[in-house]
Amino acid sequence: MGQGAAGAAGAVARGAADGPEWTGLPPGLLRMRRMLLVVWLGLLALAAGLLPGLLVGPAWAAFALLPLAAAAWGWVLLGRNWRSWRYAERADDLLISRGVLWREETVVPYGRMQLVEVTSGPVERHFGLASVQLHTAAAATDATIPGLDPAEAERLRDRLTELGEARSAGL
Amino acid sequence: MTTPGADDGVSRLPGAVPERRLHPVTPLRRAWAPIAVLVGWAVHDPDQTQRQLSRLTTTTLLVALAVIVPAAALYGFLTWWFTHFSVTDTELRIRTGLLFRRTAHIRLERIQAVDVTQPLLARVAGVAKLRLDVVGADKKDELAFLGEREARALRAELLARAAGFAPETAHEVGEAPARELLRVPPRVLAVSLVLTGATWGSLLAALVVPPVLWLATESVWTVLATALPLLGAAGAASVGRFVGEYDWTVGESPDGLRIDHGLLDRSHETVPPGRAQTVRIVEPLLWRRRGWVRVELDVAGSDNSVLVPVAPREVAAAVVARVLPGVTVPETASLSRPPRRAGRCLPVWWRGYGIAVTGAVFAARHGLLRRSLALVPHAKVQSVRLTQGPWQRLWRLADVRVDTGAGRTVTARLRDAGEAAELLHGQAERSRTGRRDARPDRWMA
Repeated sequence: MGQGAAGAAGAVARGAADGPEWTGLPPGLLRMRRMLLVVWLGLLALAAGLLPGLLVGPAWAAFALLPLAAAAWGWVLLGRNWRSWRYAERADDLLISRGVLWREETVVPYGRMQLVEVTSGPVERHFGLASVQLHTAAAATDATIPGLDPAEAERLRDRLTELGEARSAGL
Repeated sequence: MTTPGADDGVSRLPGAVPERRLHPVTPLRRAWAPIAVLVGWAVHDPDQTQRQLSRLTTTTLLVALAVIVPAAALYGFLTWWFTHFSVTDTELRIRTGLLFRRTAHIRLERIQAVDVTQPLLARVAGVAKLRLDVVGADKKDELAFLGEREARALRAELLARAAGFAPETAHEVGEAPARELLRVPPRVLAVSLVLTGATWGSLLAALVVPPVLWLATESVWTVLATALPLLGAAGAASVGRFVGEYDWTVGESPDGLRIDHGLLDRSHETVPPGRAQTVRIVEPLLWRRRGWVRVELDVAGSDNSVLVPVAPREVAAAVVARVLPGVTVPETASLSRPPRRAGRCLPVWWRGYGIAVTGAVFAARHGLLRRSLALVPHAKVQSVRLTQGPWQRLWRLADVRVDTGAGRTVTARLRDAGEAAELLHGQAERSRTGRRDARPDRWMA
């Protein structure tokens, strides 16, 4: 379970908050996103290089540099974005903080949770990842924790459900 | 009709609660639909209609009538025959569907509001529609139509059961007495509509756009196709609103807030205590001199949102205090504005923003010309979010968003970043503790 290592990476203490225990995401999500980025932009680079290169002239193959540059930039962005994701289970509510340029911090009191969902797509399953999504009665509540270890996701789901039942308040 | 009236249509299944049927005029409620289709077709293509009509002989007409009328009548009768409803201790059950069976069980303690509406024709026939607003319920889950008296009795019974009265006495509790809080005089309503920008905007559009189009294209059809919807919108915004909001009465009763309104279509809504998720006090620019406001109310699962169409500010505040017990509407002066540097993010308009946090509500105002103050009881907050874009970060500002169960988000924009972080955690804390002294779902229990 990558929680410990990732927790250390993500738990950059913040001055304002009076020390909630932040947990970062395990590195699996970063690996998956970077691999998807490399695969898709690699294919694009291949197409952008080969097509003009063969049809017009070899010098036009330099178009392949554009997707490669995008891939390099995206590599860095994904890393920063992954580091920005973190969550904290406090006594009465769940905190989720994310985003680098557009930062967002969400607080969901346990009593307001209507449904906790664990989802995992085919690619995510291949990388051994699962997402936990929290639903409240408000549709605007956007509380998702992506890229968790499946065991951790299930533990979180069970704990949130249990806490939600204990403090249930509904609408 | 071949069957007895709805009151007698009680059939007792073994070991089940008695089931009831809707009023026998129900099959007629869609009788206008085929006629509307024909009229629509005739308007859409007049030449073709003329030709078809000239070809029709009396025989074909009679044959068509002989087929269509019984078929429609049979369909209407069967849908009515197969729709049943029953009230148990905890649920309202609706069983319907001819080919596709559908059973809806609506939990009574989850009722957010009960509406009894009477469209004009239903008033003539002496019937009414009863709808329960429940989170996640469909439009289909309304009981249309019931006898007028039966609808009122059923509403009283549903509310009594939802309130937690014992099932045996729920029948006899009857309609709770209502005390009138406010009645909007027709003159005030008319003046308020005259002073509303939307009325004039739609009228102006309806008067200006068609002539301009006529000059530009000289095509009758283009002008008609744009003029008709525009005129319709203008009519809905002026006359339609006046007719709909005519004789607006807000009353208070032990089973909730009563809202009655309408000139042609009467509608009677009941919002049980503690169901309001947010309340908004809107003050259009032209109403400010007269000190009038409009109060809107968000209830989960309900699409109607007006609580008071127009009223003096003090009267509106008194009504709000009834809807949200223990809440005083914060004075304009007591709202805290964003810091001056918010002007770098949103010039001029930043002055319109302001927030106040009292013991019972989170209040946020926005708008410079048309001011709108939104109040969220702490107990109704579902989640709190803090968002900050790059430009806001530069000026150390952040937005705090409060999500409520009615799908509405109240935003405190452009607060100081430190204050916003405090607000975020403080609001989460308040919304958690705010629940403790909230009323139970069954408010009489």
